[in-house]
Amino acid sequence: MTLRFPFRHSPKDRKEETMRITGKSLALAAISAFAIEASALTVYTYSSFTADWGPGPAIEQSFEAECGCDMEFVGLDDGVSLLTRLRLEGERSKADIVLGLDTNLTAEAEATGLLAPHGVDLSHLQLPVAWEDPTFVPFDYGWFAFVYNRENLESPPASLEALVSAPESRKIIVQDPRTSTPGLGLLLWLRKLYGDGAGDAWHALQPRILTVTKGWSEAYGLFLEGEAPLVLSYTTSPAYHRIAEDDDRYEAAVFEEGHYLQVEVAAKLRGAPNPELADRFLAFVVSEGFQQHIPTGNWMFPVIALSGGLPEGFSQPLAPEQTLSFASREVFDHRQQWIDDWLQAMSR
Amino acid sequence: MRRLWPGALALLLLASVIAGALGALVSAAPSIELGGLADDLYLRRVVVFTFWQALLSAALSTGLAIPVARALARREDLPGRSWLLKLVSLPLVVPSIVAVFGIVAVYGRSGWLNDFVSFLGAPRWEGLYGLSGILIAHVFFNLPLAVRLLLPLWSAVPGETWRLVAQLGMRSGAIWRLIEWPLLRQALPGVAGLVFMLCFTSFAVVLTLGGGPAASTVEVAIYQALRFDFDPGRAVFLALLELLSCALLVGLGQRFVMAMPSEITPGRAHARPDLKGWLGRGADLLLIGAITVFVALPLAAVAVSGVAGPVGKVLSDDLFWSCALRSLVIALCAAPLALAIGWSLLGMCARLRLAHARPGWADGVELSGSLVIVVPPIVLGTGFFILLSPHVDVYAAGPPLVVLVNALMGVPYVLRVLGPLHRQMSARYERLSENLGLRGLSRLRLVEARLLRRPLGLALGLCAALSVGDLGVIALFGTRDNATLPLLLYQKMASYRMDEAAVIALLLIVMCLGIFATIERAVGGRS
Repeated sequence: MTLRFPFRHSPKDRKEETMRITGKSLALAAISAFAIEASALTVYTYSSFTADWGPGPAIEQSFEAECGCDMEFVGLDDGVSLLTRLRLEGERSKADIVLGLDTNLTAEAEATGLLAPHGVDLSHLQLPVAWEDPTFVPFDYGWFAFVYNRENLESPPASLEALVSAPESRKIIVQDPRTSTPGLGLLLWLRKLYGDGAGDAWHALQPRILTVTKGWSEAYGLFLEGEAPLVLSYTTSPAYHRIAEDDDRYEAAVFEEGHYLQVEVAAKLRGAPNPELADRFLAFVVSEGFQQHIPTGNWMFPVIALSGGLPEGFSQPLAPEQTLSFASREVFDHRQQWIDDWLQAMSR
Repeated sequence: MRRLWPGALALLLLASVIAGALGALVSAAPSIELGGLADDLYLRRVVVFTFWQALLSAALSTGLAIPVARALARREDLPGRSWLLKLVSLPLVVPSIVAVFGIVAVYGRSGWLNDFVSFLGAPRWEGLYGLSGILIAHVFFNLPLAVRLLLPLWSAVPGETWRLVAQLGMRSGAIWRLIEWPLLRQALPGVAGLVFMLCFTSFAVVLTLGGGPAASTVEVAIYQALRFDFDPGRAVFLALLELLSCALLVGLGQRFVMAMPSEITPGRAHARPDLKGWLGRGADLLLIGAITVFVALPLAAVAVSGVAGPVGKVLSDDLFWSCALRSLVIALCAAPLALAIGWSLLGMCARLRLAHARPGWADGVELSGSLVIVVPPIVLGTGFFILLSPHVDVYAAGPPLVVLVNALMGVPYVLRVLGPLHRQMSARYERLSENLGLRGLSRLRLVEARLLRRPLGLALGLCAALSVGDLGVIALFGTRDNATLPLLLYQKMASYRMDEAAVIALLLIVMCLGIFATIERAVGGRS
């Protein structure tokens, strides 16, 4: 098929896009250049990061202004698809940077041998855990949490223990660890707290689980429809409702045992076509110019102290001692076994 | 084997797409170890459950579709009937996630049904999540499909038959036994087979409404194998398992197809004689009313939350319009392609049956045309990516591939919509046309397009609407401002914007309905 349909356009040409829709300049659209420019920095990320309403467009603009170069985000499904894409493309990848893996995937990403050390000074980062990884640069973080609507739930559980032993009629909605990042997060959360007893904990929790969805969207959508009073999401979810919707009914239940941490990271590819630009971008990732767009763009916590602090109405970060996490290597080694245990416990 | 080449070409295309995708995955597998699969207890349970829910869904959907289609066939003069038929086509084409939310809004724990029973003081129904939810959703998707596929069969009954029936004074029971049931038997196995395959490979619906990993399909295992685990060998094995199971079962079903003897008649119109009785009329209206409510309620729920959302904001967003336009262009390319492929296959089947006396081969061709629907989109997408990414810019190749995949996914519908009628037509006119030397395009213009004009419109409209509503493989290729409307909807949902997603869902439904109605009218003509 050699016909050029209006499938793609240079992201900067919004105006041209409108003209094309009104049908005035089909010819113009057809001859405008679509190819990736060789000098453009290519960043693979997940699509909600690069969406019009995500942090991507603003970050792109500020980085381009700073470096006087051209950069381009490519949006994939989610963090896991980023890893799959790296594996599929191998050495041939045209990407310079992959941005959006999380700490549960870094060991596997590292094992592909496709990533290069970052060489960025990370001493100024403010993370709830120590960070010494030579390959991955953290760009935001958050904690998994159960979110509820205050009007529907007067006494939220104060601990995971309380959640597990609550009356069976109080339902929760969670995601499948085989298909979703928060789902995997909850699996690790229970594993961290209950160790080998995690299977029993899941078995005890099971009657309270209304359903296990494919992804976060389905679960959160069902929760907003009022299907269950609690849903697995992030501690920052209420901030979205407060700030973007001016709705303060939603809260995240804080658990005594602590919360499982998710850190999202970026890394440079060993075969990056634009290695210098890639280095500059990674340094930019932990600077104010990038980080200021994180709280209300990605609804996660920034990894540095922002000069203006967190936005009004944003959630407060939990303390380091409330933070639970596994080393990436441990997740890599045991994930399959733990998922199998989960399947056993849930279909007992 | 003269004049089998268009069909052979279509078959080759289908085969190379499936084999190419699977082969590419095998080539990308670092190692293939399938030893653990045979004694994987969970997987065995999943396979059993996949079969069980698909069989139940197919039986319920087609079983219930028979009386509903019959009622609709009997009441041709019902006011608003043509719009009703368009309405019942909608569940099929809306993205599954949209339909699931509609169903939850009606039957969920805090849905309309429970509001209603609480109002009456009756106990609330909390059993949606589990097999019941899966079945409700699958019947919602497929009962209307089966109705639309079965309904055209009645219009194939020639007026002379009805006149004879009237002269013989046959009652409804006898008409059913002697006319309608033999007619349905030609199409039922194919329709049930298609529904079975659609439910067999159902994924998000099963996970969302299934309640837990005990209710899960092989499709989920394939998805898992290609994501976290990245085990393409396992994915290919499971995909082949799906293909073979469906081929066996649906192939078996085709054995029950009974060809109807047909004769050439002038086709004078004559109304069927058993429409007067008040009992039959009441039953028909009751059935039509029930299907309307069953289909309309979840769609109304989607509409209600869409209207309540930020309609102006969505409509003034350039991104919405560019995605909508892109979806439309893809659909307008995919639908004719699907029709061309399906039509070539049907022509090949007819020739194999009549000129070459190979009905078994013909069944095989029809079956292979349908099987592509069983290949999971993630397998097709990943396979294509492995094949193409070394050679071309995948973002440029993405849209034509989406057109191709959407077209292939439409082929089974084309075969089911046109198949039985095409078979009757060729039985009646193949020899006559041969004798008159009518071939190729002139036969298409003078004979086939005239006789099958309405089902052709239906098939084309259905394929276009399906393509508009299909998420397909675009997400797997990665987006650089090339999203389609369903993808935009998912992306909005994935970032808290459920209210905007609700508006997009409503507009998507309106768009599907518009495209469907326009094409069906333009191609199929006024009813």
